[in-house]
Amino acid sequence: MVSVAHSFMKLFRGSSEEATQNPAAAKAVRRPSRRSSGLAELSKLLESSDPLCVLDLGSTSPANIRYFTEHGHKIYSDDLLIASTDPDLLIKDEQGNTVVDSKKFLAENLVFPNSQFDLVLCWNLPDYLDESLVKPVVGRFWSLLKPGGMLLAFFHTREAGPDAPCYRYHIVGTDTLEMQHIEPRRDRKGPAGAAGRFRLQRVFNNRHIENLFRDFSSIKFFLARDNVREVLVVR
Amino acid sequence: MDAPKTMEFAHIGKSVIIKGELSGSEDLYVEGQVEGKIELHDNSLTIGPNGQVRANVSGKGVIVQGKLEGNINASERAELKKSAIAVGDIVTRRLAIEDGAYFKGKIDVQREIGKPSVSAASAASSGVAAAAGTGTSTSKSSASDGK
Repeated sequence: MVSVAHSFMKLFRGSSEEATQNPAAAKAVRRPSRRSSGLAELSKLLESSDPLCVLDLGSTSPANIRYFTEHGHKIYSDDLLIASTDPDLLIKDEQGNTVVDSKKFLAENLVFPNSQFDLVLCWNLPDYLDESLVKPVVGRFWSLLKPGGMLLAFFHTREAGPDAPCYRYHIVGTDTLEMQHIEPRRDRKGPAGAAGRFRLQRVFNNRHIENLFRDFSSIKFFLARDNVREVLVVR
Repeated sequence: MDAPKTMEFAHIGKSVIIKGELSGSEDLYVEGQVEGKIELHDNSLTIGPNGQVRANVSGKGVIVQGKLEGNINASERAELKKSAIAVGDIVTRRLAIEDGAYFKGKIDVQREIGKPSVSAASAASSGVAAAAGTGTSTSKSSASDGK
């Protein structure tokens, strides 16, 4: 019995012991966390007993899947940023410039019935998505959301700088997110970027963001300390 | 590598390619390529690190380490290891996804009969465990299974 209990407790201690012995492993595991006012605003909706349909557009997050399924919601996971780097999407425009084919992208991604989702979590996707995809993708979000459905997006402010790292956000509490630095993976669909990392494509100001979501019925801004503007929009 | 612990399991090797329907009453370990449908009912399916499956799969437990394109219907437990690339919908009672796994699709964790509230029992009833990355999460997975 004692040995069973010892083995069981070992499971709990495993990571911290490993982290103590191997600082590199500790660094790899440790993720900074941040408060999210947008998520806090959503908490009432998320804790409702009505099952919701949620679309999470970051890379696969076990924490997010656990959070939503624990609350009885259905979750759809789709890593749109990775999908947007598929080399098959590249075409030449009339001027001979290489651009991403937004029609093909939307034919292959975000293919769901209209008005299916109560919530779309697009995190910092618009900041890193190719220019040609941003407006069409936001238009598709509008179609996919139910009337009254909500969308949470993060935008960097100018102060964040062009090298702002691309993060995956993991929900660890009603208003707390853990941030995991992500880079394109060479063993996954799509190529790595020229520098082997996702780069901030542009900085939206408030007016740009309002224009981007002008078809939505309301928009709320939350300015965070880490030079990120959280935006909660309602269809 | 990570083949089922039981002695009674069928093994589809790396060089084997199967197109069609597979069904059986023993555990199955796939390291080759399968295209079609896999139905194991009360047994478990493991798609090994080199396995490539394009099929809807069903069984008591489904573990993915390689590539799966198709829906998973696991009556007891589905598990995506960190090397997994899974595209399709998952319907199961318990789910474990390791950090690093790629998943695209819908997840429907069905509540167990006789357990009135999912939120009351954290991972135990919904059964979703963020397995890798931290030992704590892994142990939650084990604890939720009552092992």
